[in-house]
Amino acid sequence: MNDLQAPDIEWVALSPSLIVFGAAILGVLIEAFLPRKQRYYAEVAVSTLALAGAFAAVVGLAASGHGTDESQVAGMGALAVDGPALFLQGVLCLVGLVSVLLFAERRLEPALHGASVDSFAAAPAAVPGGPAEREAEKAGWTTTEIFPLLLFAVGGMLLFPAANDLLVLFIALEVLSLPLYLLCALARRRRLLSQEAAVKYFLLGAFASAFLLFGVALLYGYAGTVSYAGIADVVSGEPGAIEPGLAGTMGNDALLLIGGAMLIMGLLFKVGAVPFHMWTPDVYQGAPTPVTGFMAAATKVAAFGALLRLLYVVLPGLRWDWEPVLWGVTIASMVGGAVIAITQTDVKRLLAYSSIAHAGFILAGVVSVTEDGVSSVLFYLGAYSFVTLGAFAVVTLVRDSGGEATHLSKWAGLGRRSPLLASVFALFLLAFAGIPLTSGFAGKFAVFRAAADAGAMGLVVVGVLASAIAAFFYIRVIVLMFFSEPKADGPSVVIPSPLTSTVVGLAAVVTIVLGVAPQFFLDLAGQAGVFVH
Amino acid sequence: MSPENYLYLSALLFTLGAAGVLLRRNAIVVFMCVELMLNAANLALVTFSRMHGNLDGQILAFFVMVVAAAEVVVGLAIIVTVYRSRHSASVDDASLMKL
Repeated sequence: MNDLQAPDIEWVALSPSLIVFGAAILGVLIEAFLPRKQRYYAEVAVSTLALAGAFAAVVGLAASGHGTDESQVAGMGALAVDGPALFLQGVLCLVGLVSVLLFAERRLEPALHGASVDSFAAAPAAVPGGPAEREAEKAGWTTTEIFPLLLFAVGGMLLFPAANDLLVLFIALEVLSLPLYLLCALARRRRLLSQEAAVKYFLLGAFASAFLLFGVALLYGYAGTVSYAGIADVVSGEPGAIEPGLAGTMGNDALLLIGGAMLIMGLLFKVGAVPFHMWTPDVYQGAPTPVTGFMAAATKVAAFGALLRLLYVVLPGLRWDWEPVLWGVTIASMVGGAVIAITQTDVKRLLAYSSIAHAGFILAGVVSVTEDGVSSVLFYLGAYSFVTLGAFAVVTLVRDSGGEATHLSKWAGLGRRSPLLASVFALFLLAFAGIPLTSGFAGKFAVFRAAADAGAMGLVVVGVLASAIAAFFYIRVIVLMFFSEPKADGPSVVIPSPLTSTVVGLAAVVTIVLGVAPQFFLDLAGQAGVFVH
Repeated sequence: MSPENYLYLSALLFTLGAAGVLLRRNAIVVFMCVELMLNAANLALVTFSRMHGNLDGQILAFFVMVVAAAEVVVGLAIIVTVYRSRHSASVDDASLMKL
């Protein structure tokens, strides 16, 4: 055993995810050792500092050229530190940071026993409305565990687009998913819906990750290695440094095709593309709205990052096999999401189907298989995640006596009651629809141009038609808010604390800036379009 | 015996698990079927590891076991809270959100 060598770890290159995981563990310790009264402030401070620190680390790495010519494979080949990974990690840190503010909001719910409470259950394990829960509420308990859970999820998401072997891909998937399943079950109001969402998300998510894992096993069987570069070598028929003894057992194409298909299936589930979208509307509707906003924005960013790396680094040699399949998925997502969204009557479900349609639009950039395609997808993800966060933050503010008023009929005439909030929501909807001068237009334009340049005109035509269908229901909500009479018993808009106001304001500013002057960010994404091999 | 037979067994177990997830109605049984799928993948990993003569697959299998244990913790927590508030663990009863 003399040849056992200590691994060579590049601590600096790995610092973003290390900071986040360290803070998450610190958060667990805070839960264990601090008195209840102090936990909330300590957790918020730790989470904010950690995510800001991780973002600074990402910026530092990018500034020292790790995103372009200094890109490397760190941690003994486990993680890639390159343009796409750093860009998406930066977006994820910001999304996480903004979500912490949304999670920490305590002025929306009416005060209980003299203490202000957040939108998470006091004792999530207790029966809703039962004596144990009433006691917990009376004692002023709150579930501050949401902050470490958020940090663990963000940590997993940071690893997911950077994963450079199949082992890290699977572990990152689980590390990001498990906290999200729990967060879904923690709503203070409508807990049955919330728990139902968690069960559905958990069972379907575990089912999908089992498929992904079996795909990992088959690809390992195919190539005899789990590293992306090694598999890509075997796919392209140049198994360079592999021992000759392996040559007899690897290279079975059936394993490659089935394994690759199962991996892509698992990732498309996380992305929420048709036909793997069934969980999206139920989970988005049932989960506590701050969690929905975080999940909708961040999971999509992380999962598309992992999908891009898998298709562009591991399976480019298989392009003629996966391209037609992804064409089908893209068209089904764009059209399916847009058409079903028309029939929705609940704001959160409407946004869920709109997110399915957006998964289709982003996939149109993914299947173009060019550097422009990667950059356009990166830009789209950055723009889309902030619009989504902003939209769900607005949903948390429109309330009646039963909590959030998510039924669309209750939003009638909101523009007359609170013109400012309705205008901001209208801005987000216009950005979803891709109207010029919003970030949505810049993103859609970049994605469709990349697809057209790559010769996928069919996708562009279907995409534009689907955008037109989608624009119909976004505009319908705007018309409902501004041009119909408010109901007498309609909901009111709660004045939030500076936390949620910051989230909504920031999202609105990002939406406008990325729409009016997108060039700087397009250039940034353009520089970040090259994967390290 | 040729190690390939273990691969056929693993494919069979995976299919049984997937069929169980789609057909069974009790959340706990569905969850057990998912675990069966994960273990089928483990069997495939270990077999491939033996066929290739390297240890990557065995190491992956260890990680999968840890992940499966973590998944049990999260999954049972969710299923038990649902059972407490509804007195049913059937996945068909969880239908408050049908369109």
